[in-house]
Amino acid sequence: MTKNFDVAVIGAGPAGLAAATEAASHGLSVVLFDEQPAPGGQIYRNIEGVDRRRLGKILDEDYLKGADITKAFRASSTNYHSGATVWRVDTDGSLAWTNGTAAQITNAKRVISATGALERPVPVPGWTLPGVMGAGAAQILLKTAGMVPDGPTVIAGNGPLLYLVANQLFSAGTEIAAILETTRFRDYFGAARYAFGALKANEYLSKGNRMMQELKRKGLRVQSGTTNVRADGNEKLETVRFTANQEEYEIEASTLLLHQGVVPNVQITRQMGATHEWYEPQRYWRPVTDEWGATSVETLAVAGDGAGIFGAEAAAAAGQLAGLDAAHRLGKIDELDRDVKAGPLLRERNRLAGVRPLLDHLFQPTDDILRPADETLVCRCEEVTAGDIRECVAEGATGPNQLKAYTRCGMGPCQGRMCGLTVAEVIADARDKPVEEIGYYRLRPPIKPITLGELAAMEDAVD
Amino acid sequence: MFRRITEPDAETVIIRFEGERLKVAAHETVAAAVLATNPEFTRTTPISGEKRAPYCLMGTCFECLMEIDGEPNRQACMMIVTDGMVVKRQTGKREMPE
Repeated sequence: MTKNFDVAVIGAGPAGLAAATEAASHGLSVVLFDEQPAPGGQIYRNIEGVDRRRLGKILDEDYLKGADITKAFRASSTNYHSGATVWRVDTDGSLAWTNGTAAQITNAKRVISATGALERPVPVPGWTLPGVMGAGAAQILLKTAGMVPDGPTVIAGNGPLLYLVANQLFSAGTEIAAILETTRFRDYFGAARYAFGALKANEYLSKGNRMMQELKRKGLRVQSGTTNVRADGNEKLETVRFTANQEEYEIEASTLLLHQGVVPNVQITRQMGATHEWYEPQRYWRPVTDEWGATSVETLAVAGDGAGIFGAEAAAAAGQLAGLDAAHRLGKIDELDRDVKAGPLLRERNRLAGVRPLLDHLFQPTDDILRPADETLVCRCEEVTAGDIRECVAEGATGPNQLKAYTRCGMGPCQGRMCGLTVAEVIADARDKPVEEIGYYRLRPPIKPITLGELAAMEDAVD
Repeated sequence: MFRRITEPDAETVIIRFEGERLKVAAHETVAAAVLATNPEFTRTTPISGEKRAPYCLMGTCFECLMEIDGEPNRQACMMIVTDGMVVKRQTGKREMPE
């Protein structure tokens, strides 16, 4: 098998697919690695295999749009590896990956990381109970397996996906016991000054408004200004408790879907040592990129939500831009050609980005999940609570990396994906410092667990 | 925990989950196939032994770790079912092979 390519793309969501298709169209040799069994990423998950007759209407036209981008990708000359986990990327463009059996090394002149976003972890008391999961997780089961939660379901949090999933699950026959919005009336005032800019991408606003009206029309219980959501039960979820209008409520439920937006997946950009910046409105880290997605690492570009959350359509434009820039850098097109082709893409991406300041200020993560109560588990793998972290700070732990030595927090199999943001917030709060100053885990390869067997089976293993 | 709203079409495979024979749709993940049986939980943690079930279903959280075809600590949400697959809950840490 060829081990040398012009471009290696990581991730087969809209950004990765568009990047690979664009780069390949200029005669570059392109390889794409993706962990999932089929292209589409999470947003267009299972787009090629979905039961359109039964699910097409429920999942809506925005999802079905994903078919075009996967089709173009399939028609490109990209060398596509599904079910492939990249576990190390070096700044010289060498990528270590595994297909689950044997580790392998592939070299590329340019790497385009398109690993997208993950749902922001929502640490509330009881969030480890079976029956509690991400709203995005339930949507994945709908897309890939045509399954919906069985029994009364509560959906809690904020953000566009919350309303989308609520509508989809209801249409698919789920018993929605309540939708608990953490959004308060005053958040709308706070975000109002961004409304004018958002009009540029009016389709998002009208879709959002339609989704929220639809929930009310369906007669579902929608509770605004909810705080202190907690999951209770004996070894599985039985009751969801929350506060609203200074009163305590409880609802019997077998499923609780939590959602407070999505955040960039920074594992690869961090492991490669790219410079990151803190994005205050949504309280997440993102790699610093230029209009082409180029990072502080010479060989690395980032396309799509991995560089900051702008949504699927902006991600596809960003992927194309990164592909164009790769074609230019590797001598296939000159600068003028690149810029002319990029013009409409940049304009479209900027237009779509117009809605973000409004959404990012309206749907901010809430204080109770940013800095959870002492009893709440923050690190699900190593079972470290917010109280444990505060104790360590009192004993002298200054940042996330020291905390590992005290508690193993962030050292379990998820490698900090579920606790990294919360840990930094809790430490920053306890030390009365800005999160930016506290920083993030130092991420080292392998960035996903691999077995010794996979390493030993490596073709070019050194004796 | 979850129920199907689409019938598994012509293509199905047979797997075993904790000894129970399941006829499930080909192309779906192990996690999906197991969640449709109301499994209560899919692993116990190595630290406290607490019961857990899948949380993210996209390969991020590692809550869906299960023993699949004798191999411990596999991410059930990232693996597609195959005929004859034997799936068990992951109980605490993996054992070191003798």
